[in-house]
Amino acid sequence: MENIKDVVLKYVIDEYLEDDSEEITYDTPLISGGIVDSFSMVSLKRFLEVKYKIQIPDDEATPEAFDNVNSIVALVEKFLNK
Amino acid sequence: MSNIGSYEERIKNFDWSIAEKELGYKKGDVINIGWYCSDRICQLGKAGKTALKWEGHAGQTKEYTYDDLRKVSNTIGHFLRGLGIQPEDRVCLFMDKIPELYIGLLGILKIGAIAQPLFSAFGDESLFVRLENAETRAIITQKKHAPKVKKILDRLPNLEYIIIVDHDGKKALGEKEVAMNLDTMEWIDSFEIHPTTAESPSLLHYTSGTTGLPKGVKHVHYSLISQYLTTKWVLDLQEDDIYWCTADPGWVTGTSYGIIGPFSMGVTQCVLDAGFSAENWYKFIEKYRITMWYSAPTAIRSLMKAGDEIVKQFDLSSLRHLASVGEPLNAEAVVWSERVFGKPFYDTYWQTETGSIMIANYPGMKVKPGSMGRPFPGITGGIVDTETYEEIKDINKPGLIAFRPGWPAMMRMYWKNEETYKKKFQNGWYIPGDRATLDSDGYFWFIGRDDDVINTGGHLVSPFEVESALLEHPSVAESAVVAKPDEVNMEVVKAFVTLKEGYQPSEELELDIMNFIRKKLSPLAMPQEIEYMDKLPKTRSGKIMRRLLRAQEWGEDIGDTSTLEND
Repeated sequence: MENIKDVVLKYVIDEYLEDDSEEITYDTPLISGGIVDSFSMVSLKRFLEVKYKIQIPDDEATPEAFDNVNSIVALVEKFLNK
Repeated sequence: MSNIGSYEERIKNFDWSIAEKELGYKKGDVINIGWYCSDRICQLGKAGKTALKWEGHAGQTKEYTYDDLRKVSNTIGHFLRGLGIQPEDRVCLFMDKIPELYIGLLGILKIGAIAQPLFSAFGDESLFVRLENAETRAIITQKKHAPKVKKILDRLPNLEYIIIVDHDGKKALGEKEVAMNLDTMEWIDSFEIHPTTAESPSLLHYTSGTTGLPKGVKHVHYSLISQYLTTKWVLDLQEDDIYWCTADPGWVTGTSYGIIGPFSMGVTQCVLDAGFSAENWYKFIEKYRITMWYSAPTAIRSLMKAGDEIVKQFDLSSLRHLASVGEPLNAEAVVWSERVFGKPFYDTYWQTETGSIMIANYPGMKVKPGSMGRPFPGITGGIVDTETYEEIKDINKPGLIAFRPGWPAMMRMYWKNEETYKKKFQNGWYIPGDRATLDSDGYFWFIGRDDDVINTGGHLVSPFEVESALLEHPSVAESAVVAKPDEVNMEVVKAFVTLKEGYQPSEELELDIMNFIRKKLSPLAMPQEIEYMDKLPKTRSGKIMRRLLRAQEWGEDIGDTSTLEND
């Protein structure tokens, strides 16, 4: 199975970074850092749900849970294991 | 004591000359917003006072005094003049909430050019239609946003300069790109400001309607008069206040009350250039000891969602006065803020075209939670019939909000769109396009839009623009876009589509279409939900019946369906 961390990081880079010279890591703040806004978070959540065949409840999809790749992976793993 | 004092007394004795006198302006004088927001404050002896405290998402900070504001705006004006930018040329500001955006606007105004602020999250197509319509000559941006400009450059023959404010030399500048780095440039002390007068154009803000392309709302330098006085009386800014307006200057609140209002009053304001999180916002208020906070219902509802417990972790005792704008503030939010902050959010109502606050709740006046408040002194507001535009005198009877034209910040035209501009005036009233009722105490109560425009998070999205963009996706045959209710954003975009032959509905396709719109238009315009249909409901003449789809989303009666096309 593909490494979830790398899949999410690649998706964020491909879909949300405007400047290809900008570098982000697993810890880069995405929401508070202004890379992914609250509206775009909906498409990122949808990607995770489609890719990993999970359902993330709206009250778990908080700006804090989506604020970096590491926290997103933790969220995905929580629902993958359910 | 509040600045406005008694609302009732102000209504009786009101004249816009109150603001003119306070600003030292006489009819026929030169009036330049750039000068009023920086040089004048220095002349009043406040050159050393902090004008702007800025914090970026990584915690980096910058601070500018009013004298810095004066010199930096001079420097930007000088730079633009050096490029050959002339009075009334359109110069676009396309940046995150960084100091160059706030001070750049003043620099543009100082040379008599027209500032055209645009939301930096706009996708390339949204950017294109606005730059093309305005025949913009220069755009000031950051290197992270420059790729979107480059993508459409070939289609914009009038765009001569892409001014990059954070060019670091790592990559060579591209076609039409020039660098303007304020950290390394020598700031200019003495500068000849263009002698603009009351009716000289100042700003071009774009707003969306149900049909057609976005409209460029032209404002003039005289707008300062109402922006100054509404800031003083509604937001109640006082000498020692530390002010935070959370709006982005890509939208009108961010310019009228994030730049012009506070700077023309010589107040210290703080700016946080970071995405939303309840913790970061409370931390910001605590750190900078914010006293006056002007925000939006979407943000307030997001804070409510984060809960009461988190509020207790911060010292928010500096907060003195709170106000809100963007969409109606629900009564629950007012009651919640009284409980957790010890004071209510005061709702305010206005729009891009009005340029300044029209209806508000005022310090010292009784707040009726859920109400928009009462008209600003000097503003004649009423409710008119949706067909005849005759004033409705009956209490609590729904109709259209209407204002008698003539306040200083009123728009002067829609850019190159005289016909649509004229339609906004009916029977001697200006019609903003919202429905409301009026109670026996003269308070307005918001009902909703009178058209299909979607108000999401306080920003207007045109269903027409989204529908047109959807048709450019290879899989979409037909589309209809409506507002869907949303707990936090009031409304969000929902799209109904039929697919072309060879395409099957799937979750992957839905995500692909969502991302397509997000990048092309903006995250605000991205449908939060897409529903696949075999066919869209249409009239016999072939027009899509958007109202049926909307009624379905809102659980409303679908009304008359006699014109619906038969199967």
